[in-house]
Amino acid sequence: MSKQMTGAQIFWTCLEREGVKHVFGLPGGAVIDLYDELTRFPQIKHYLVRHEQAAVHAADGYARASGMPGVVLVTSGPGATNTVSGIASAYMDSIPIVVFTGQVPTALIGNDAFQEVDIVGITRPCTKHNYLVKRVEDLAHTIHEAFYIARSGRPGPVLVDLPKDVINGRCVPKFPETIKIKSYNPTYHANPRQVRRALNLILEAEQPVLYTGGGIILSDASEELIKFAETLQIPVTSTLMGLGGFPGDNPLWLGMLGMHGTYAANMAVANSDVLIAVGARFDDRVTGKVDEFAPRAKIIHIDIDPSSISKNVVVDIPLVGDCRDALMQLNELLAEQEPRDWAKVREAWLETIRNWQRKYPLTYNKSNPDVIKPQFVVEKLYELTNGEAYITTEVGQNQMWAAQFYKFKKPRRLMTSGGLGCMGYGFPAAMGVQVAKPDALVIDIAGDGSIQMNIQELITVVEHNLPVKIAILNNTFLGMVRQWQQLFYGRRYSQTSLAAAPDFVKLAEAYGAVGLRATKPEEVEPVIKEALNTPRPVVMDFRVDPEECVMPMVPGGKAMHEMILPA
Amino acid sequence: MRHTISVWVDNLPGVLSRVTGLFSGRGFNIESLCVAETMDPEVSRITLVTSGDEQIIEQIIKQLRKLINVIKVVDLTPLEHVEREMALVRVKAEDRSRAEVLRIADIFRCRVVDVSPTSYTLEVTGNHEKIQAVLSLLKTHGIQEVVRTGTLAIQRSKKE
Repeated sequence: MSKQMTGAQIFWTCLEREGVKHVFGLPGGAVIDLYDELTRFPQIKHYLVRHEQAAVHAADGYARASGMPGVVLVTSGPGATNTVSGIASAYMDSIPIVVFTGQVPTALIGNDAFQEVDIVGITRPCTKHNYLVKRVEDLAHTIHEAFYIARSGRPGPVLVDLPKDVINGRCVPKFPETIKIKSYNPTYHANPRQVRRALNLILEAEQPVLYTGGGIILSDASEELIKFAETLQIPVTSTLMGLGGFPGDNPLWLGMLGMHGTYAANMAVANSDVLIAVGARFDDRVTGKVDEFAPRAKIIHIDIDPSSISKNVVVDIPLVGDCRDALMQLNELLAEQEPRDWAKVREAWLETIRNWQRKYPLTYNKSNPDVIKPQFVVEKLYELTNGEAYITTEVGQNQMWAAQFYKFKKPRRLMTSGGLGCMGYGFPAAMGVQVAKPDALVIDIAGDGSIQMNIQELITVVEHNLPVKIAILNNTFLGMVRQWQQLFYGRRYSQTSLAAAPDFVKLAEAYGAVGLRATKPEEVEPVIKEALNTPRPVVMDFRVDPEECVMPMVPGGKAMHEMILPA
Repeated sequence: MRHTISVWVDNLPGVLSRVTGLFSGRGFNIESLCVAETMDPEVSRITLVTSGDEQIIEQIIKQLRKLINVIKVVDLTPLEHVEREMALVRVKAEDRSRAEVLRIADIFRCRVVDVSPTSYTLEVTGNHEKIQAVLSLLKTHGIQEVVRTGTLAIQRSKKE
């Protein structure tokens, strides 16, 4: 191919070559030529958002559900700065997205030109990598590198800044077929000697626990994990990010661990003698007081990112590599071992765990028949969707109740802003999931606070008839902050009341979506059923108990066994 | 503990700020920093000095390696290596002190790079401690200005 092309033509050709079918974005002056050229690429479908932050969350949801990088295109200046929360969220959760931002012409960079901002500087600490393309000749290989970096190794967001003269420049492009970055070679294959050491330790363990994280999902390691856990009869707990990596209805499942984890999961970790961390990063919400985390345990840590190892908790056996690869190696080595009756070996440990589960199961107060409990709504959603729906969440109480009471059976079914905890994530993410999985049932479990942070996207889902369902657990508060105020600040509800609220049903209708409301427990099921039977976007407004708390809870800075349990 | 770390990076705009941003973003301090092109004009070498316990240094090195533009990282501290710094010192030198300043310069093998009727400017090279020693001696004569480089370090070649 020796034809001259414009930067804009090269851009869309590159995206096509990367297999991109969907782009989320919003045009502006700096990218107007890209948008003009888009009209000649009908095979790429563009979703016009109403706020750039939503485009990034949508691309993030798209990536989590499909495993393919999500793509965002926005203009310079405010278009670019509006993407920052979304990028930071994807960075914290290691989600592969590629964000293209417009930029003023190279000659004007640094001039404080109209809609100029140093987005490469701004996003340097919250991207895996970013680029400012200065010559049209560099465009094709930069885009190829960006996609490669986003999806390889520990995935993450990559930003590419495109000055207007680069977009309008011309050259004979060279589209790279292969890629070699001399300073970037992620380790996928875990060291076999370390794997053997790890397995020997696991085989000797009396009270082992598997503690899994988002790495299980990102590396598609779920099957290997199930095989490993079931063979050795090792109970499994997971971080928020890892939910669905191990089936929530498996007898070895302990539930989530950490600040709002189950009693059994936290006790099991606290009492374990070997803790096998797989694709998790010992985040403070998981460990609580870090010195007292799994105090008796030898720790094995499998992670593709060497910098995650011994970052917060010192590890006894590190395994740097892809989670799936490491678990496969463990399973292969295990198959060579002389078979043992692991159910019998593990009997006492599993019985201890079952006792903890019986003592403090995940539950809530069901004594008032007139009040909808938020947990009840999530339970009903689980029941009526057979646990098969794609669930996104907002951030706060809604997120924790979704994590606790929706028993995720498969990976890539929960999309949530875990690390950053970015309110406003759930709904646009649901939109992205629905684009990736057009026939799937997608539900955003929302709070009345978070949903208002990106509610403008109702028009986007209506426009494209993306039949996303939003279940608002409407407690008229910024619930999680209110919960902390109740428990630790003498019930002084400073600035957490959302009593002044829009009518969500009318709001849905104003956008052309369907609005439904439940104010009594007996209305919950019919509302959900009606929503599920409506092939359009639906907003469900569940008026739930305003002062319900997420329990159990490990207060910040406390050890895991110091959790507050429901009365 | 004080660590001297060599970092080979792509010689591109913005790379230095990725490296320094990594330190500031984590609250780690850089005590000194030297950057220049290597024999390969596409590669720059950064020599930086930082302090921290073992875990912090390990984390710094891992985080440096994680940067896409970082090619290689070597902590020289546990290895046999040579360190040098340079300082340019303008020191007051009038009447009787002129001879004394020159004597100090001679003892420490400093070079006089500029002379005025009332001052000398000395070029001092050596390790960190030597520079400190020269400066403390010259201080009594009145230092008017000091410019110092960061630490440069190179690993000693293997002696068979």
